[in-house]
Amino acid sequence: MREIALHVLDIVENSVAAGATRVDITVCESSSDDTITIVVQDNGKGMNQDLLACVSDPFVTTRTTRRVGLGIPLLKAAAEACNGYLRIDSTPGKGTRLEVQFQRSHIDRMPLGDLAGTVLTLLIAFPQVRWVFRHVVDGREFCFDSEPIVKELDGVPLTEPAILSFVKQLLHEGIARVRQGLEQSQ
Amino acid sequence: MPQVKSLEELKRLREEALEKRQARTIAGRAQVVVGMGTCGIAAGARDTMKAILEFIEKENLSGVVVTQTGCIGLCEWEPIVEVTVGGGPKVTYGKVDAEKARRIMKEHVMNSRVVEEYVIPS
Repeated sequence: MREIALHVLDIVENSVAAGATRVDITVCESSSDDTITIVVQDNGKGMNQDLLACVSDPFVTTRTTRRVGLGIPLLKAAAEACNGYLRIDSTPGKGTRLEVQFQRSHIDRMPLGDLAGTVLTLLIAFPQVRWVFRHVVDGREFCFDSEPIVKELDGVPLTEPAILSFVKQLLHEGIARVRQGLEQSQ
Repeated sequence: MPQVKSLEELKRLREEALEKRQARTIAGRAQVVVGMGTCGIAAGARDTMKAILEFIEKENLSGVVVTQTGCIGLCEWEPIVEVTVGGGPKVTYGKVDAEKARRIMKEHVMNSRVVEEYVIPS
């Protein structure tokens, strides 16, 4: 994966597979702390201690098409290569919280990438899930919640051209606003 | 919060979209499925999805259902796109980059002509 945003797209599929109806994705960037932190919190079915202990092992997967799962191990390796970490807390029946951190200035840190593209893809791919996306950059915050939009649409799909443009613009503008003034190292 | 204000705009867009959808015939309905497993995403599925959505926007295509699927075990063919138009058969395309996606949208989704050269051989 060439972007952090692509990793996010990849790992949140675990939340959907766990039956989550709400997923909160928070991407925090701090120049002063020199960190990029991503938190994915879902209300899916959660994992027990046994599964949790070995979820970073590529040869552990719940899927049935093949016996290898790479999503979390790939992201963990990427974070650890940048003085970071990946942590997962989970409560069966309650949900799972995944936190991953990168040293922002690390030479090997991949770019944040197209966050708007990732969120839009999730909205289209899993319209049944409530997506709450927060992007915090040096204290400035942009929050996007899919619920009021889906409610307002009342059955009209997001893939109608005018609505697609609207949502896309909302995301792009919001993200650009909080990223304003940040050096263009992305 | 700016989002509250723009919900008014969304309401208007919704009404317009609804009218347009009703004007379209059922036969024109198409379903486009993009493979979005780890393999698909690593191979560029998000850009493929993006190209498809941009095409819909640009051509003002109403009534196209876009959705995703996980890994279907054909990782070497990712990004994979499955297209069903009206009552026609499901066609599975392989190694679909943005360029190929636009051609599939134009020829298959808009004009019901399968793009044979991108179809995964069975």
